[in-house]
Amino acid sequence: MTTDVLPAGERTHQLLAMRARPRPASALSAVATLAWRAMLKIKHVPFQLFDVTVMPIMFTLLFTYIFGGALAGSPREYIQYLLPGVLVQTIVFITVYTGMGLNTDIHKGLYDRFRSLPMWQPAPLFGALAGDLFRYSVASALILIVGLILGFRPQGGVVGVLLAVALVMTFCFALSWCWIIIGMLVRTPESVMTTSFIFLMPLTFASNIFVELSTMPGWLQAVVGRNPVTYLANASRGLMHGTAVWTDVAWVLVASAAIVLVASPVAMRMYRKER
Amino acid sequence: MSDAIETSGLVKTFRDTRALDGVDLRIRQGSVFGLLGPNGAGKTTTIRILATLLKPDAGTATVLGHDVVRDARIVRQKVSLTGQYASVDEDLTGHENLVLMGRLLGLSWRSARERAVELLEAFGLAEAAGRQVQTYSGGMRRRIDIAASLVAIPEILFLDEPTTGLDPRSRNQVWELVRRIADGGTTVLLTTQNLDEADRLAERLAVIDHGRVIAEGTSRDLKASVGSSALHVRLATADQRTRAAELVSRVLGDGVLPVTDPTSLTARLANPAQAAAVLTALTGDSVDVAEFSVGNPSLDEVFFALTGRAAAPEAKP
Repeated sequence: MTTDVLPAGERTHQLLAMRARPRPASALSAVATLAWRAMLKIKHVPFQLFDVTVMPIMFTLLFTYIFGGALAGSPREYIQYLLPGVLVQTIVFITVYTGMGLNTDIHKGLYDRFRSLPMWQPAPLFGALAGDLFRYSVASALILIVGLILGFRPQGGVVGVLLAVALVMTFCFALSWCWIIIGMLVRTPESVMTTSFIFLMPLTFASNIFVELSTMPGWLQAVVGRNPVTYLANASRGLMHGTAVWTDVAWVLVASAAIVLVASPVAMRMYRKER
Repeated sequence: MSDAIETSGLVKTFRDTRALDGVDLRIRQGSVFGLLGPNGAGKTTTIRILATLLKPDAGTATVLGHDVVRDARIVRQKVSLTGQYASVDEDLTGHENLVLMGRLLGLSWRSARERAVELLEAFGLAEAAGRQVQTYSGGMRRRIDIAASLVAIPEILFLDEPTTGLDPRSRNQVWELVRRIADGGTTVLLTTQNLDEADRLAERLAVIDHGRVIAEGTSRDLKASVGSSALHVRLATADQRTRAAELVSRVLGDGVLPVTDPTSLTARLANPAQAAAVLTALTGDSVDVAEFSVGNPSLDEVFFALTGRAAAPEAKP
């Protein structure tokens, strides 16, 4: 039987001839290349942007018009309070995809290939995180546009809004490390989702994203008041409206740093370790 | 010139299973070396240690003189791994996958694109270059997977069961590829469960079982210990099997191998001409023979000859 691959001849021989390999990519260029891969995945599977686009729009519309009147007198007043919170919630939710993507790559054998390459070993993790920052930006832009259409008027101006988005991204970058750990621990992408949401649901709903802390019973205020997401929601609200309390911002940065300091060495260790 | 691969006393334990129990291998440069064994024998674990993905619990392994644990980064610069499952990004196109590999290996964008086009053309994937890999057939996936390992030609290429699950045509294509890669000067270490494949491709083989190398040599050496061919007899009824086995072992001296099928018999043949004598003896004693054939010894038969027991397939980890 004849084979039609690999035409015979000098060209093929040249193509497969052993020769010195190029100098491996630098850490930065490897991360950039893997971030490019994340972009390509978005291009080929645009459905994965569904959660980033449709979900936040739905949340904003539903909460503004259903709860707006009851919670703040009118939807227009409520959206001034709600919108920064929806932004926080949306981005915090989609951090889960970092863990899911990693889990898929591990089980498809792709990470074995990456780990056998002569590149900076954690590059795939940082590449995925860099790709995620792009998704966070898309989601943030969409929420803000919808918000502006519905009457959201940030008093902090463009700078305040951008600072708020940057702060949310910083916290979410930190939080992603936790899902990276879960992504390496469990078997399927679905279990990454389920496991992560056990933590994410209380983290986002037991916060002041939707309602003021002062409307809650005292014991709950004690819990919600210590939730880092509450600080994040307060800080981004403050930044967007030009009324930021700097201690809120500082606490978010401290919490982000703490998560990165604890979770990233664990994640990197697990990543380097065999499985 | 140092050996391509040298391992000594490699041990690896996963929880309570001892996947490797002292593997010693020596593979010279510029050859195709076959690692033959059933599922769970330790083939994949050996390759994963050599590709720096796993650390051995005991023993040492060097690739081109570099320790796989201490000098992992140098080793990675010299090897490529094509695992058992297509280890490319199925959401990306064939071309994008190869460009990705090229960039990670240090090629410029331009060289990475050029190299991708060249390889896709040579591997018969030019038409599928712009399609997502998830739309590829099994044979095409294997080819893109091997191509991904050749974006920068390695000094050593690990292929873990490169033809498992492929149809005969795709399998032949992969065999052809492996020969061409070896012609280019790359040392190829491949694992297989198929004696025929190992025989066709590899100059030297090691048979691995329960984490140990139980035989090593050229495929001719190996066949000499097994018998050059195997005789397969299927009987019309199971109750004549004992009688038939007696007759076969009387003609051949010994060599009847155990098989699970109660109506079948398999025996080693030192010389295929003995088959005629066996058939005469069986029909002379009015044993009802349904099928009678002479073929290559299977992995089971090699195993029996080497270990005295059938190769027990184990669950994949």
